[in-house]
Amino acid sequence: MKTEDIIICRCSDVTLKDLHELFEEGYDTFEEIKRIKRVGMGPCQANTCGKMVQWEIAKYFNRPLENVPFHNMRPFTLGVKLDAISKAADDEDE
Amino acid sequence: MKTSETLPKKATAVIIGGGISGLSIAWHLAKKGMKDIVVLEKSYLGSGATGRCGAGIRQQWSAEVNCLMAKKSVTFFENAKKTLGYEGDIEFKQEGYLIVASDEEETNTFKNNVALQNRLDIPTRILSKDEAKKIVPHLNTEGIDSATFCPTDGHLNPFKTLDAFYKASKREGVFIFTYTEVVAIHKEGDKVHAVVTDKGVIKTNTVINAGGGHAGVIGKMAGVDIPVFSQNREILVTEPVEKMQGPMVISFTKNIYCQQTPHGAFIMGRGDDRKAGYSVHSTHSFLDEMAKTLTNILPPIGKLRVIRQWGGLYNMSPDHQPIISNTKVQGFYVACGFSGHGFMLAPMTGLLLSEIILGETPTLRIKELSMSRFEGKKHQDVEKNVV
Repeated sequence: MKTEDIIICRCSDVTLKDLHELFEEGYDTFEEIKRIKRVGMGPCQANTCGKMVQWEIAKYFNRPLENVPFHNMRPFTLGVKLDAISKAADDEDE
Repeated sequence: MKTSETLPKKATAVIIGGGISGLSIAWHLAKKGMKDIVVLEKSYLGSGATGRCGAGIRQQWSAEVNCLMAKKSVTFFENAKKTLGYEGDIEFKQEGYLIVASDEEETNTFKNNVALQNRLDIPTRILSKDEAKKIVPHLNTEGIDSATFCPTDGHLNPFKTLDAFYKASKREGVFIFTYTEVVAIHKEGDKVHAVVTDKGVIKTNTVINAGGGHAGVIGKMAGVDIPVFSQNREILVTEPVEKMQGPMVISFTKNIYCQQTPHGAFIMGRGDDRKAGYSVHSTHSFLDEMAKTLTNILPPIGKLRVIRQWGGLYNMSPDHQPIISNTKVQGFYVACGFSGHGFMLAPMTGLLLSEIILGETPTLRIKELSMSRFEGKKHQDVEKNVV
């Protein structure tokens, strides 16, 4: 299968070919790749692509997987509507 | 990132901080012919305030120096792709900032601001609340008295813009070291002499403090007490949706800024008064207050899901205007105290500090930006347009 046909990040439509191009340019950490290509910034928050990105960095640069830091995970785990947060906050105030 | 390999033993200038300010300073100095410039970053590039900022670009200020820096920076960003020779897209979207006034008092303040901005050729207009609603149809105008609008304000991608400065700086021969932390600055008498890092020592006569949220700490290493402190400011971002809002919407009294990025996500923040410190943690209280204000002022956005929140440091100066200056220590320069607006002002930060360092005539009057303005009792007017 061609690397351009292998989708790594479904939210931001990033393929393995895109990752390889960034590796060749010298971007070799998850945090940098995330910021250039939006990998892991979509609705799934890297819950789908995260491990694959980490793995591909390890493979390409021939590093042990445990030496490839995962991206910094931030809240939320699941998307929550602003209306729901606002309503919950109002309920708490009452 | 494939940055430079071995730390050199000496450098013409050492810039501390691999954010937008540090790299803009590096690029401007290199462009003016300086050789052997070193940039030191303790983490990855943009790991501090640059990569955490609200990505807004605006020229609507109450202080003249902020207006001028912002206006000239906008001109730079408009041409940045060519100027910096960037292959990618820095995503500069100029669809304006709509700043809403909550009452007559705020309207009157804004009239003065707009008069100043117009005098400086910034094309801001005063709008009625109905005119504002034409620009942002889902704006709830209840509790709004009027608005101001500057069509050339907008949004800019901080990661891509930093990447553009990084690549341009490297092409100009700047040495950039990531994951290299400064631990001390050595002086000989009242002159800087060397920068000590966790990877080695670099001898230099010129040290530039572009440490962002940590600029105060770097200042102390050189024995310079910079009158700044840092504060955590939080932001959240929603899932991306089809385009529904052009401009950034801001209210200083309601405490909100909110913009849709070209990618489709809404990014929004507010400025809760936090105690000084270096925490960048996310809080539940921010989320609650943000959601309440947002659903009031821009109701349909409430239907969108929040997918991520984060914090970053504002480096606050006493008058909320930048400090771009030499110091009492010879060879030690500072670019900090941006009070939340370092990203959008960065092109001028780099230009002005390079002019100061090289002894050239500055493009702008720099008295208002100097460290010495805080000496004595009388401070200049405080910039009020800060969220």
